[in-house]
Amino acid sequence: MSIVLKLKKSDYEKILAHCEQGLPNESCGLLAGTVEGEVKTVTKVYLLTNIDASNEHFSMDPKEQLAALKDARADGVSIIGNFHSHPESPSRPSEEDKRLAYDSTIEYLILSLQERENPVLRAFGIDQDKNVTVHEIDIIE
Amino acid sequence: MTITVAGNKKEYEEGITLTALIDKEQIENAEYVTVTINDDFVDRDAFPTTVIKEGDVVEFLYFMGGGAR
Repeated sequence: MSIVLKLKKSDYEKILAHCEQGLPNESCGLLAGTVEGEVKTVTKVYLLTNIDASNEHFSMDPKEQLAALKDARADGVSIIGNFHSHPESPSRPSEEDKRLAYDSTIEYLILSLQERENPVLRAFGIDQDKNVTVHEIDIIE
Repeated sequence: MTITVAGNKKEYEEGITLTALIDKEQIENAEYVTVTINDDFVDRDAFPTTVIKEGDVVEFLYFMGGGAR
């Protein structure tokens, strides 16, 4: 299966700005959208608070999570993924990321800001056995 | 009785507990799910004794977190 995540350039820039503003800590958020076969399309990005306020960990604010879920549902879409930043490490799921990936149906995006001039955003699927699959991100205008 | 589970109206028997509802809904990794009933977060310890009532709105949220290491 070859999953493609379609992400508007403006939403990518929103994620990037949120994560840069959150430095030196990790930042996080949710992605709402649609799924049609192997194509997942992001329709809205939610910028959430990392309640850990840490540069090595993140936990999403559950109240903000609930609000995003309800907003997405009101728009007729669902939460199809989340994102967080790695301020000082590459864009790949850490052992903790894998361990805490409880929903195997969503996309896990990681934005590495290790090289500030060259941010790297990648998308992953993480199944129940914690196998990681890299998914393509298609940035659209 | 009619309740709303994850945005969908569903019929369940009177007196069902939150633990039983989670089981019937076949929630993946249920031990890591946070639950709200009518927007109130329910303590995990209270799941077995929390009885769902007519008209309740139940949401399941996965804890979302991680780390760079």
